[in-house]
Amino acid sequence: MMDFIMANAPALLIAVPMLGAFALPLVGRLGDTPRNGWILAVTLITAIIAALLAWTVLTGGPVLYTFGAASSSDAIPADSGGIPIRIIFTVDAMSAFMALFAAFVGFITCLYSVASERLSSGKDGYYALMLLLLVGILGMVTTGDLFNFFVFLEINSLAGAALVAYRIDKGVSVEAALKYGFLSTLAGLMVLYAIGLLYGQYDSLNMAVIASRMSYTMLDKVALALLIAGLALKAGAVPLHFWTPDAYSMAPAAVTAFLVVASQAGLYGLFRVLFSVYGLTLNYVTVGWAVIILGVLSMVVGVTMAIPQKDVKRLMAYHAVSQSGYMLLGVGVGLVVLGDAAAMDAFGRTAMEGGIFHIVNHAMYKGLLFLTAGAIFLQTGTRNLNKMGGLGHSMKWTMLFFIIGALAIAGIPPFNGFASKLMIYESVFAFSPVIAVIAMVVSILTLASFVKVFHAIFMGPQQPKYADVIEVPRPMLVAMGALALLTILMGIFPEQIVSTVIAPAANALIDQSAYVATVFGGV
Amino acid sequence: MIAETLYTGFGAWNPIVWLVAFAVAILLAWFIQRLGEPDIPGDGESGKSYISGNDEPSPEDGHIGGSNLYWGFTDAMKGYYARVVPLHTGCLTDYVLWFLGTFALLFIFIGVL
Repeated sequence: MMDFIMANAPALLIAVPMLGAFALPLVGRLGDTPRNGWILAVTLITAIIAALLAWTVLTGGPVLYTFGAASSSDAIPADSGGIPIRIIFTVDAMSAFMALFAAFVGFITCLYSVASERLSSGKDGYYALMLLLLVGILGMVTTGDLFNFFVFLEINSLAGAALVAYRIDKGVSVEAALKYGFLSTLAGLMVLYAIGLLYGQYDSLNMAVIASRMSYTMLDKVALALLIAGLALKAGAVPLHFWTPDAYSMAPAAVTAFLVVASQAGLYGLFRVLFSVYGLTLNYVTVGWAVIILGVLSMVVGVTMAIPQKDVKRLMAYHAVSQSGYMLLGVGVGLVVLGDAAAMDAFGRTAMEGGIFHIVNHAMYKGLLFLTAGAIFLQTGTRNLNKMGGLGHSMKWTMLFFIIGALAIAGIPPFNGFASKLMIYESVFAFSPVIAVIAMVVSILTLASFVKVFHAIFMGPQQPKYADVIEVPRPMLVAMGALALLTILMGIFPEQIVSTVIAPAANALIDQSAYVATVFGGV
Repeated sequence: MIAETLYTGFGAWNPIVWLVAFAVAILLAWFIQRLGEPDIPGDGESGKSYISGNDEPSPEDGHIGGSNLYWGFTDAMKGYYARVVPLHTGCLTDYVLWFLGTFALLFIFIGVL
């Protein structure tokens, strides 16, 4: 049994949540308790499979999984002319890292939903969409096939848009979902068009094959611009971030926390295309600077737009945009020096590790912050900061979790946000002191913004209108506590995380030849 | 102890050392606090808030809302906000234009430069 799971982990990673989603309408007929048990079991099993897969990759190297082949490592049939004709999952350290934390956040958000959505109707659809969103994310980060990537991108976008509209809320959330769905579909179409351009030239949809044949023609440049624009929109980078405040603020809190990971899957796609598909063939200095500019714009516009917000979730949504900028900045600096081994060793690798480390840190603390915002909304019925106050008297655990998340996002030691931001600051300073200073100022503004939120929500005398407010149910506290615990642990033991998970993930991106060899080595 | 040290290429960060230093600082602060006078009793006239002789405001009036914070920052940056906030029109067609414009700029940047 264990051998079967280990041998088929990439397929099971998709199959388990997908079958779980399709079975939900049947399981839901049995009642709330079986449904809750089902959803938690499915997401927990998926997280365990992701952990096993990550363990296999980190200890034994990349895993190749070929669908429909007698042997999962039989990537290229003898009579196919050297082209892998089947769908192939290529799971290297970067993919395994993304899959692991996406599956974990999937479990945590479903655990939170068990309590936060207990009074809502339509839970069969809600959980089915949550599982399909998980399928989309996991598929995007594990597949080695570009068209397959597009399919999972669409599953991700459609499930996400439907979840944003889950609470009708006088049509406002439907409007937010329409914007998210339309723009995501537009991005998906551009990605599909880019894939068509690459397929037309290289006769293959497999990323490794395209990488091995990449000649960086003008059509490749058009495809690259389409891919960057489409995936940057999915990641919520400025100036393609406009959907984020609407979608993040109107979705239920658990969905918002998971949408952050869905956006990061877009970021993963961007990095995969830049490093593994194009790699050294592209003009990495020019493209790297394009990524850095997107990152700096995201950092600055995101945080400055957050400060005047009155809606706590809109404020957090702009901070999500701002934090994505750090990831783009770190990885962008690595891309600029991709062809310069000395600079890569001096600061490029650290910048990339900082950017990638920030992805998982952001998923933890921003997920936590969105869950605390959801807890407050559930108990008070408002997201308006002007109408809150004194909730620290009655929601002490939520306040504690908020403090941990807020200090982490502001880069205050010893929380995880500090460790990744320190790596980004110091490495980017060696590259461009001005950009490093901008990054630090953005962190200061982030802290200022969350001091405002903390004061507005939790400080002050207990308000008579919230005299009956009590702490949220235990499953919500457990979910927030799990993310808070990880936020602390990843901050106290950053070197362990960086050396075991982050550095191999960065190396997987940098070493394009190893990615290509993973597929061709399976002949 | 060394195993927890994160090396950034230019410096190092050891959270364990930081936590120990933090704990020592907390202990020192607690020790200094212990040297002071004990707290005044919480009941009676001496336990009430003193706000320059004014009456203590009601809980509703005593809390400063979120919008009242950082008005100085937003006022100083009003030139910036006057340009950036109106870009967020909420109109889907505008956002599609932003996408097309960004793609065009990226293509010029990547394809021509």
